[in-house]
Amino acid sequence: MKMVAAAKYARAERALKPSRVYGAGALALYEKADIQVAEEKVNKHLIIGVSSDRGLCGAVHSNVGRAIKSQIALSSPGTEVMVINVGDKLRALLKRTHGKHILLSCKEVGRKPPSFGDASVVATEVLNLGYEFDKASVVFNRFKSVISYKTESKPLFSPETVGNAESMSVYDDIDADVLRNYQEFAMVNIIYMAMKESTTAEQSARMTAMDSASKNASEMIDKLTLTFNRTRQAVITKELIEIISGAAAL
Amino acid sequence: MMAARILRRALPVARQARSYADMVSTGPQMSFTFASPTKVFFKDASVKQVDVPTLNGVFGILPAHVPTLQVLRPGVVTIFNDDGSATKYFVSSGSITVNADSSVQLLVEEAATLDQLDVDAAKANLEQAQSEMSGISDEAGRAAAQISLEAHEAIVKALA
Repeated sequence: MKMVAAAKYARAERALKPSRVYGAGALALYEKADIQVAEEKVNKHLIIGVSSDRGLCGAVHSNVGRAIKSQIALSSPGTEVMVINVGDKLRALLKRTHGKHILLSCKEVGRKPPSFGDASVVATEVLNLGYEFDKASVVFNRFKSVISYKTESKPLFSPETVGNAESMSVYDDIDADVLRNYQEFAMVNIIYMAMKESTTAEQSARMTAMDSASKNASEMIDKLTLTFNRTRQAVITKELIEIISGAAAL
Repeated sequence: MMAARILRRALPVARQARSYADMVSTGPQMSFTFASPTKVFFKDASVKQVDVPTLNGVFGILPAHVPTLQVLRPGVVTIFNDDGSATKYFVSSGSITVNADSSVQLLVEEAATLDQLDVDAAKANLEQAQSEMSGISDEAGRAAAQISLEAHEAIVKALA
């Protein structure tokens, strides 16, 4: 299992490099223009949690689930928070306690490496739902190294927020149509980046988990072998003593 | 004495050579990032000019271009490097962002160099798209067919 995960991890990490540049490019506008949503005006908050369907990968899914739960808990009482799950494991985590917050769940995630097409399917469904959010965030695990990843949340903005932001007045020649198209494309890009980072983090976590599992299993085998031999020798000794004392009694 | 003073005053004027503003050295350099989901073509590169086909027409972006956001249409992107050479890519769709600090992010869904495209296959696809266009009745189908038609037309035009 570790070998399989290692092979998948190597492939995911290679694919991650261009996606990171792509994702950074997509986020550049929001960082440079420093677009923020005023907290008081947020009535609808959409959270897109990116994970996968498959387990045996350590704390990957529970980290994302926990981040989402804490975001829900920290949101002000009047705000409606809805969650979109990309990945079955996430749905299982949130269904019991936060079931009423779930808007949409995506399955069959994680078997094959995510493509831009997958991200656009997710984004299309989100847009088709027609949920007019004031603020949105994508929660995912960002890959840092083979042994570490970090759960992060990147913001997504609605066309209205971007259009009304002060720093956007510097930008020339923007009409509502262009802005909407641009935002929709940006949404796909950010979801794509999140999915790519998430798979790489997941494969590396699975590699580590499988490795520890193998090591623990080997340790257990060694310890049990010793116990087995000791027990075997003890039984033989006992039988010998019985035979000898029986013979001596004759 | 007077002559010397006049000469001294005249000399600085002579030394002042007038020339046009040198844009590349005084203005900000363009930090150009051009990427598709699977491949990075340029990352924070310094280039002279980029021509992009957008829904609002073809834009030529130079360093210190006014900030703008545009959505791309199928067409050819031409990049003029600092050394004078030009590279062309055919792009399907995407967006371009020009920020106030002269950084440009060109994000495209699919990009190919012109030699990767086959003009005969493009022409055949264009004819097929045109014939399919007449057969479709529902709006979404028509929109998709229209997009396909425009894309094929742009490919054929680029390879002409």
